Amino acid sequence: MKVMAQMSMVMNLDKCIGCHTCSVTCKQAWTNRSGTEYVWFNNVETRPGLGYPRTYQDQGRWQGGWVRTKRGKLKPRAGGRLKKLATIFANPKMPSIQDYYEPWTYDYDMLLSSPQGAHTPVARPKSLLTGKDMNIEWSANWDDDLAGSTATMQDDPVLKHMSEHVAEELEQTFMFYLPRICEHCLNPSCVASCPSGAMYKRAEDGIVLVDQEACRGWRMCVTGCPYKKVYFNHKTGKAEKCTLCYPRIEVGLPTVCSETCVGRLRYLGLVLYDADRVTEAAAVEDEHDLLAAQRAVFLDPDDPEVVAAARREGIPEDWIEAAQASPIWKLINDYEVALPLHPEYRTLPMVWYIPPLSPVVDVVASSGNDGEDPRTLFAAISQLRIPLEYLAGLFTAGDTRPVERVLRRLAAMRSYMRDVNLGNTPDEEAAGAVGMTGQEVQEMYRLLAIAKYQDRYVIPTAHAEQARDLEEIACSLDYEGGPGMGGAGPLGESSGPPVPVAVENFHALSSRQTADSPNGPSTPGRVNLLNWDGNGRPAGLFPPSDRKNAP
Amino acid sequence: MDVMLWVVLPYVTFAVLVAGSVWRYRYDRFGWTTRSSQLHESKLLRLGSPLFHLGLLVVILGHVAGLVVPATWTAAIGIPEEVYHLVAALAGAAASAVLVLGLLILIYRRRVTSAVFLATTVMDKVMYAMLALSVLSGAWATAATQLVTEHGYDYRQTISPWFRSLWYLQPQPELMAGVPAAFQVHVVAAMLLFALWPFTRLVHAFSAPVGYLFRPYVVYRSRDAGGSGAAPGGSGARRPRPGWEPSAGPRKRS
Repeated sequence: MKVMAQMSMVMNLDKCIGCHTCSVTCKQAWTNRSGTEYVWFNNVETRPGLGYPRTYQDQGRWQGGWVRTKRGKLKPRAGGRLKKLATIFANPKMPSIQDYYEPWTYDYDMLLSSPQGAHTPVARPKSLLTGKDMNIEWSANWDDDLAGSTATMQDDPVLKHMSEHVAEELEQTFMFYLPRICEHCLNPSCVASCPSGAMYKRAEDGIVLVDQEACRGWRMCVTGCPYKKVYFNHKTGKAEKCTLCYPRIEVGLPTVCSETCVGRLRYLGLVLYDADRVTEAAAVEDEHDLLAAQRAVFLDPDDPEVVAAARREGIPEDWIEAAQASPIWKLINDYEVALPLHPEYRTLPMVWYIPPLSPVVDVVASSGNDGEDPRTLFAAISQLRIPLEYLAGLFTAGDTRPVERVLRRLAAMRSYMRDVNLGNTPDEEAAGAVGMTGQEVQEMYRLLAIAKYQDRYVIPTAHAEQARDLEEIACSLDYEGGPGMGGAGPLGESSGPPVPVAVENFHALSSRQTADSPNGPSTPGRVNLLNWDGNGRPAGLFPPSDRKNAP
Repeated sequence: MDVMLWVVLPYVTFAVLVAGSVWRYRYDRFGWTTRSSQLHESKLLRLGSPLFHLGLLVVILGHVAGLVVPATWTAAIGIPEEVYHLVAALAGAAASAVLVLGLLILIYRRRVTSAVFLATTVMDKVMYAMLALSVLSGAWATAATQLVTEHGYDYRQTISPWFRSLWYLQPQPELMAGVPAAFQVHVVAAMLLFALWPFTRLVHAFSAPVGYLFRPYVVYRSRDAGGSGAAPGGSGARRPRPGWEPSAGPRKRS
């Protein structure tokens, strides 16, 4: 047994209202730079829908994740080491920018500088890649709220895998939102695909990162990741991905997406797992067994043997305590309501989801029945095959039983808590029917519905004695070249020693507040509002003041 | 002039190549990448890039065989001059045809795809010019001297010994004096390209990921493995910059 700690996340999809606040704040913090315009480390997809990049779940096309060979071994679906090197000159399975979307800005300058005329001036969209006029045809959430989905929804890879009757019943539409970040998998296929060895899983907390100094831009990780959450920065020629906001996690803060989530649906915490059993679990023969296999890899942090083994591996005491208090462990193991996203990719993903009950409740309520009556709900859960099968296609490789189990637990909690709130005697039978006690239901309710900050985020800080060179603990501005460095190196703007994460943003922000070159309108001193962080009053934000008319 | 071109220039090129690469690797590991533009355009790249790179690999092998291996060695293992010439000329012509075709596709793609053209730096353009000059002059030298006549030009009596003489540190520039102009242009262009090499995206050739074949799939790395700039003694503080070491503070009262 080799105990390792994994920082992981659970999202409660019932509470997601699809507001995209997580995406926007993440973008402001991490990818509001030239070269990453199209990159969303966090994105929110409407399901059913195509996702971002389009149809990324279709592994027959994109070849992400692992496959189990006839001999029971795991191999990256896109090919092993030799094949990777043989196709290194042009990756045959890399999504093009059109599969994400072509980033654009608007010719805002036209609104300010066009001469007076009969017609209102128009700000035309300009491509951020070519600087030319373009038609906006797709974006990261183009089919948001099922917009235009009659034209595109048939291509949803999850729907395609479901049985045929679904296509005919699509008019009984249901939908929910699926926020996605990097899964920080236990068995990451992006890491396995990197020829340079630049991608790695951090031994302390399992965060998967790209070493920007070692990445050589071979692009194999983009193909390797079945969730398409490794992106190629076309400006620097390096791969970039969600970092689980490691500078924040290291000092005990939740990620930006979690911190700013208005629905408070994200949970962060540690899970202890047995690193020796990871490969074995990822290689079980039946896809439907993957969920159970991954659960079996996790270790009970309250088990004295596990604690002793964790101490032997040098896991600090407060980390063990944090693992014992982890909301993730409770949701996955105690309440068993969280499920992994696409376990069939065999990467053992570590961002899990509580499937939404609301599509079912909505149907029940709209048919005039009581949406919180346990019997009606239970019946509806087993009868409404479309939501159930769809959720199973997302979270359990098509096996509806675990999803049904979770939804029944959520339904039971709903009706049990309604009785509590109305002052009736709570129905212990409803709790018992889903294998829980009333006490457990109340605790789960507290974690899911009350969702206090300190209950949602149990994040131990990084240890100085364990990690001596944490950039973000030391003063970030105090590095070689110091503050005020900025500007382009002699070998172009993507050259020179890398700067600490926070400083990169600091300089990038200040220089971008006045320009978003090379593409876009030509007036100097113009502000790209997308990139503006709201601080100060950058030159060009307002038209030049007219001194004579000033008040 | 001969000494300048065939003694000074090669050594300067070599010095710049080595020192420049070391400097670039130390200073600019972040910029050390292929800077691939596949995201912008994939169809032409999937045709041109493998043609170019695979053609280039064959051409490099041919150069090693022609420049490094003396004629006496091939004769010693029983390969007659005629056979060597025939194989070298035909294989060289075929490989350089593939190489030139790939290069032309890549240059066309770079110019015509506007996103790719916009991502092209000045250094890229200089590099492309030098690369095209070396490749085209080499292909031209092969076509003009090796394919038209039966025996071709025997560079193994002039260019190859000159090349090896540089490594013995006993340069013989006189060997290069009578060489056909096409070869002279090719050699000079190649030397300029090598001098330019460390400062362009061509450095990605030095990081061909051979190690991938021999490592486990999943890489784990500890947070403190990088180790640069960390203060000794295990505190989280960063090592102070030279000249900025803090003065000894007042002793803590216990």
